[in-house]
Amino acid sequence: MSLFARTGLDEHNRRVEWLVRTLFLLMTVLLIIPVALIMGILIQRGAPALSWGFLTEVPTNGMTAGGIFTALIGTVWIVAVALLASVPIGVAAAVYLSEYAPDNWLTRAINLAIINLAGVPSIVHALFGLGAFVVFFGFGRSILAASLTLAVMTLPIVIVATRESLQAVPHAFREACWNMGATRWQTIRRVVLPNSISGILTGVILEVSRTAGETAPIMFTGAAAFLPFLPQGVLDQTMAMSLHLYVVSTQVPDVPDALPFGVALVLISMVLVMNATSIAFRIYLRNKRKW
Amino acid sequence: MPADVQGDHLSSSIATELNTRGWDWYVDRIVSIGVFVGGVSAIIFIIGIFVFVTREGLDFALGSLDLKEFFTSINWRPTSERNPTYGILALMTGTASVTGLAMLVAVPFSLGAAIYIAEFASGRTRESLKVLVELLAAIPSVVWGFIGMSIMNPLIIEMFDVPVGLSVLNAGVILGLMAAPIMTTIAEDALKAVPDSYREAAEAMGATRWQVIFKVVLPAAKHGLMAAILLGVGRGFGETMAVLMASGHAINIPTSPFDSVRALTATIAAELGDTARGSDHYGVLFTLGIFLFVITFIINLIADVVVKGVGRQK
Repeated sequence: MSLFARTGLDEHNRRVEWLVRTLFLLMTVLLIIPVALIMGILIQRGAPALSWGFLTEVPTNGMTAGGIFTALIGTVWIVAVALLASVPIGVAAAVYLSEYAPDNWLTRAINLAIINLAGVPSIVHALFGLGAFVVFFGFGRSILAASLTLAVMTLPIVIVATRESLQAVPHAFREACWNMGATRWQTIRRVVLPNSISGILTGVILEVSRTAGETAPIMFTGAAAFLPFLPQGVLDQTMAMSLHLYVVSTQVPDVPDALPFGVALVLISMVLVMNATSIAFRIYLRNKRKW
Repeated sequence: MPADVQGDHLSSSIATELNTRGWDWYVDRIVSIGVFVGGVSAIIFIIGIFVFVTREGLDFALGSLDLKEFFTSINWRPTSERNPTYGILALMTGTASVTGLAMLVAVPFSLGAAIYIAEFASGRTRESLKVLVELLAAIPSVVWGFIGMSIMNPLIIEMFDVPVGLSVLNAGVILGLMAAPIMTTIAEDALKAVPDSYREAAEAMGATRWQVIFKVVLPAAKHGLMAAILLGVGRGFGETMAVLMASGHAINIPTSPFDSVRALTATIAAELGDTARGSDHYGVLFTLGIFLFVITFIINLIADVVVKGVGRQK
């Protein structure tokens, strides 16, 4: 019998390892399978509702017929205005945290505030939006109020993604620039930001997808259950995809079965396509990175 | 003119030039102030949330609210004409039962998935699983709610032969599926944060893979894993649309998973639209908001402290 022959203990260990591995694989798969099944059902039952007209016609007949055009355009409005507000603030915050912030109590407080902004329930953000933007600042129920509410809520996404991509730029790049006599801001603008812009973009796409899907924060701040026309400006109310799905599936009687499935399918496709783009972008960048 | 005087003159002129605060210097100052304002905006917003939600709810909370009734009564009748009561006990048990069931579903599966992704899977499998989990986390809550209503509801009615499928079971499973991807991601990060030298040391002592995981990696990552679970609880606790749509929204202290319940968050979402600003009903909904804000703040604070605890150990 050779020195390295398998003993009974080895066999036992191998079996246990295989068992443990399979068990954990099974748990992973069980996490994914229900969702895959649900997607299948959504596609199967929502597909009959989908057509070019579904995307380009306004809802008619008490929202039991017609398309989702006004809701789609409304979501585009809300997302665009929210981005205009949150991207500059979020990038500024990330630049501060990554390039300027000393390790002190204030920085720790900022980080804690970011975690909490992300953790506060969406309905509390809705109450905040109502109390602050609709009532106190007097924007009324409007795209502006809804978008600002969402901007505050999604701020952590921009900050965290931007901070990560700024910190991925090697410190030597900055030092080389400082040694040439450049100021802090010149270094950030000419060296740090150009090297991290794509990472920032990944975060922005993620934010778009999150903003498009949120319902509770816009219910009382600017999204309307039904409007037959498109918004003309930021002080108008608007329909939105997410709220439209809630309304047609809970509030409207006699909706044909395929309609809410169609709305859900369009909404989830929008969100997943944007997320997939963001992820693909990130993987591409990681492979391309030269340092 | 002696050479050294000329040199002196030259160096002092360079010094003057370097000392001049030019355009770039001022731009630099302005930008540093600008990004500082951006940085503290997160603090301003979190304080703003507290201030504005409190501002709308304070009159009611200090004036007409009976705290004992608020926390111990199961009667939530804010629209009653003659005798409105504001007891949130039933709503709290609703939230607790749904979140509890969600964690029963999500904790084992997300920890299992995190262990598989971090410790067993490698290369392409690992990357694809991570991407899949990330995509799962992106599904909007209103879509989950819709899934609960239109797919889970008939499924539960048929499988368990019960009259109503919108219940603790439905909302709990939906919420579990929602929270699991986030918990998986955070837990996987925590496992990856355990230095490879720990694993190598254990393997060098002859430990098998699963011994390494159970005896070395999991104990070393336990704070991070606890934080992942806490954040999952916070997420379930604060979820609004999915719970509103899948729980049945009936005021009820649940005695079985098939009972319909109503959650704190869902109550605000369902009733706020019908209230007039300044009314007691409006005030009590904002008071609920303060309560939710404080609870999630505490959960996040604990999660943060727990993670920091790991940092101190190393």
